[in-house]
Amino acid sequence: MTHISNLKASAALAGILLPLAFGGVAWAQDAVNLRMTTWSANEAHMALFNGIAEEFKKTHPNVTVTFEPLPFDNYTTTLTTQIAGGNAPDLAWIFETSAIDFVSSGALVPLTERFNAVEGYNLADVTESATALWRRDGELFAYPFSTSPFAMFANTDLITAAGAKTPSELIAAGEWTWENALASAKAVADAGKDGIVIRDFNYQNWQNLTAYFRAWGADAWSADGKTCGFNTPEMVEAMTVFHNAVFKDGSLPGPGENVDFFTGDAAMTVTQISRASLLPKEDPFNWELVPLPAGPVGTYSVVGQAGVGVLSSGKNVDTAVEFLAFFTNAENSAKLASFFPPARASLLNTVTLASTNPLLTPEQIENVVINGISTGNVVAGHTNYAQIQQTVRAGLDALWVADADVAAVLDNVCTSVSPLLMR
Amino acid sequence: MSASASPNSKRPFWTIARRDAAAGYIFIAPQLLGTIIFVLIPLGLVFYYSLHEWNVLANTFTFVGDANYQLLLRDPNLPQVLWASAVFSAGLVVLNMSLALLLAVLMDQKLKGIVVFRTLFFSPVVVSLVAWTIVWSFLLQVNGGINGLLSMIGVEGPNWLRQPGTAMISVVVVQVFKNVGLNMILFLAALQGAPKELYEAARVDGAPAFKQFRRITLPMISPTILLTSIITIVGSLQVFAQIAILTKGGPGVSTTVLVYYLYQQAFQFNFFGYGSTLSILLFLIVAVLTFIQWQMRKRIVFYEN
Repeated sequence: MTHISNLKASAALAGILLPLAFGGVAWAQDAVNLRMTTWSANEAHMALFNGIAEEFKKTHPNVTVTFEPLPFDNYTTTLTTQIAGGNAPDLAWIFETSAIDFVSSGALVPLTERFNAVEGYNLADVTESATALWRRDGELFAYPFSTSPFAMFANTDLITAAGAKTPSELIAAGEWTWENALASAKAVADAGKDGIVIRDFNYQNWQNLTAYFRAWGADAWSADGKTCGFNTPEMVEAMTVFHNAVFKDGSLPGPGENVDFFTGDAAMTVTQISRASLLPKEDPFNWELVPLPAGPVGTYSVVGQAGVGVLSSGKNVDTAVEFLAFFTNAENSAKLASFFPPARASLLNTVTLASTNPLLTPEQIENVVINGISTGNVVAGHTNYAQIQQTVRAGLDALWVADADVAAVLDNVCTSVSPLLMR
Repeated sequence: MSASASPNSKRPFWTIARRDAAAGYIFIAPQLLGTIIFVLIPLGLVFYYSLHEWNVLANTFTFVGDANYQLLLRDPNLPQVLWASAVFSAGLVVLNMSLALLLAVLMDQKLKGIVVFRTLFFSPVVVSLVAWTIVWSFLLQVNGGINGLLSMIGVEGPNWLRQPGTAMISVVVVQVFKNVGLNMILFLAALQGAPKELYEAARVDGAPAFKQFRRITLPMISPTILLTSIITIVGSLQVFAQIAILTKGGPGVSTTVLVYYLYQQAFQFNFFGYGSTLSILLFLIVAVLTFIQWQMRKRIVFYEN
C-alpha cells in the first residue's frame, strides 16, 4: 500500500515538475543575453547604446543586450582574462593598438559575408581606409565604429585671463604651432593653473603621445613595425621639447600630477571629440575645439580608432553578429556619430555631424573632424602590443625626471624594445 | 585467546573509536574539501599549465615540455624582479616586525584610554586594501598630502612614486602602516601572556628594563615572533595590489616584484604558460623560506609547546 502511495505521489510530482522543466528549457533556449564590453561608462554613451539595444529588442524580443564597462587602464587585460576564464563577452570594443593581435589570432568572427547577407546593410559605404586595420586577407573582423581624430580643446577663459593668445587667434594669424601652443600654456601655468594635458597619458600610456610626436615626423616604430623609432633625430627633438615643457617651462603638468581639463583646471587638452561629452554643463567655461598645432612637418592629423568585434569564444555568435549589424547600420551609425565619428562615407559630412553634435559648430566639424579623418593616420599597433607597451613604458620612466639625458634614455628604449619588434 | 579474538564473537561496527574517528573526519571535511578544491587542484593545474603554451586569443593550448622552465633560466628580467622582491620583503619584515613590537610594548602599558590607542593602530587592518592604497596614492603624489605637509615645514618633497630611490620605500611604508596593527595585536597578546613573576624577580635582582626585555620578553614571545615572521614574509612575497595601484612596477622595473611580474606575463602579455611557471617558482620560494624558518625555531624559539 505504502509502495503504491509513493508511486502515485511520485507520478503526481513528475506531472507537475516535468512540464515546468520543459517549459523552463524552452524559455532558456529562447532567451539570449548578449554582453558587450566597453571602456566607457559615460552616462550619455550608455543611454545611447541602451536605446539602440531597446530598438533591437523590438524585432528580437528574446534578446537582451548588456553593456559592460571595464576600466580603461586595464581594458584589454580584463577582456583577455575573461576569455581565458571561459567567460568571454559576445561583443567587445577593441583598441586600435590591439587590433593586429585580435584580427590575426582568430579571436574574432569574420563579418563580411554575414553583414552582406543582412538586408539593407551597405558595407560598401564603410570606407576602405577606416577598415584597413580590421581586415585580414580582405575579410572584415571588426567594425570601426569610431574613427576619431585627436584634436585640441582649449579653455579660452583661462587663456585670455593669462593674457595669452587663444588657439583661434593663433590660427587666424597663421601661427597655430606647438611652439606657440606651449607658450600660451606656459602663460596659463604661470598664472597659477595648468597648461596642456595630453589626456590619458599619465606618463604611462605613452602611445597617447603619438598625437604630439608625429608633429616632428616621429613615430614609435617604422611602418613595417620592425625598426624602433624612439631614437630617431625627430623623436629626440620632439621629446626634448616635451621634456623642457614639463621640467623647465611648466607648460605641461608633470608626472604624478592629476589635472583634468574638463574641470576647468587646464588651458588645453589633446584628446578625441568623443570627450566633448565631459564638458561641464554646470558652471561651464568658454571653450573651443581646434585641430592639432602644426609641427616641424607642418600640419598633420592622428586618428584613434575603436573597433567592435564578435568574439568567436562567445556563447551567442550568430545573435551577436545580428546585433552588431543592427548596431552599425546606417541609421544607428548616424546616432552613434554624436560621440563617435562614423566610418560611413555617407555620414561623413557637415550636415549629419552637425545634427548629432550640437556642441560643435559646422566649422569645427569641417576643420577638426572631417579633415582630421580624411588626412589622419591611425596610432601605431603591433603584434604582442601589451609587452611592447610595457617595455617602452619602463624605458621611458627614466625620461620623466628633471635631469634626464633625453637621447640616452631614448637609445635605451630602443635597445630594450628592438628584440620584441623583430619577433 | 581473548574474547575479542573469538571467531564467534560479533563485534559491532560502530565502536566508540570508529564513531570518534568518523566525527573527526566529518569535522575536518569542509576544510579538507576546501583545501583540495581551492589549493591542491589549482596547484596541480598551474603545474600542468606551466608545461604548455596557452594562447588565449588564438585558443591554442600546446604541450611544450620544460620550455617555460628553460625560459625561466634565461629570462633577463628575472634577476631584477627577484631583487625587487627581496628588497620589498626585507624592508617590510624589518620595518613591520620592529614597529609592531615597539607598538606592542607601548600598548602594553596600563594607561587611561589605552584601548582607544590599540583600536586606532589596529584599524587599518580592517580597511579594504585597495581603498587604503588608493588613498595613499593620492597622498604620495607630487602635489599630494605628504608633500603638502612637508612644504609647511619648508621641505620640498620628492615625487615619491616616480623616483627609483623613493618608489620602493613608499610601497613598503604603505604596506607597513596597513598591516602593522595585526602583528602588534599578536605581540601584545604574547606580552600579556608572559608571567609577571619573572619581571618582579628581575626587578628585585636589579635588572635594567632593556635587560628584562632581552632576557625575559623576547624569549617568552619567541613563538609569536616565529609565527608573525612566517606570516609577514609569506605575505610580503605575495604583494600585488599595492604595486598595481601605486607604481605599476615602475619606475623602470624597480618595483616589479615576482607576483606583479607573473601577472604581467600571464594576464597582460597573454603568456599564461610562462606566468604559471613563475607562480611555481614563487611557490617554491615561499615553501623553502617557510621550511627554513620552521627549522630555525629550534634555535630561536623558547617555551614552545
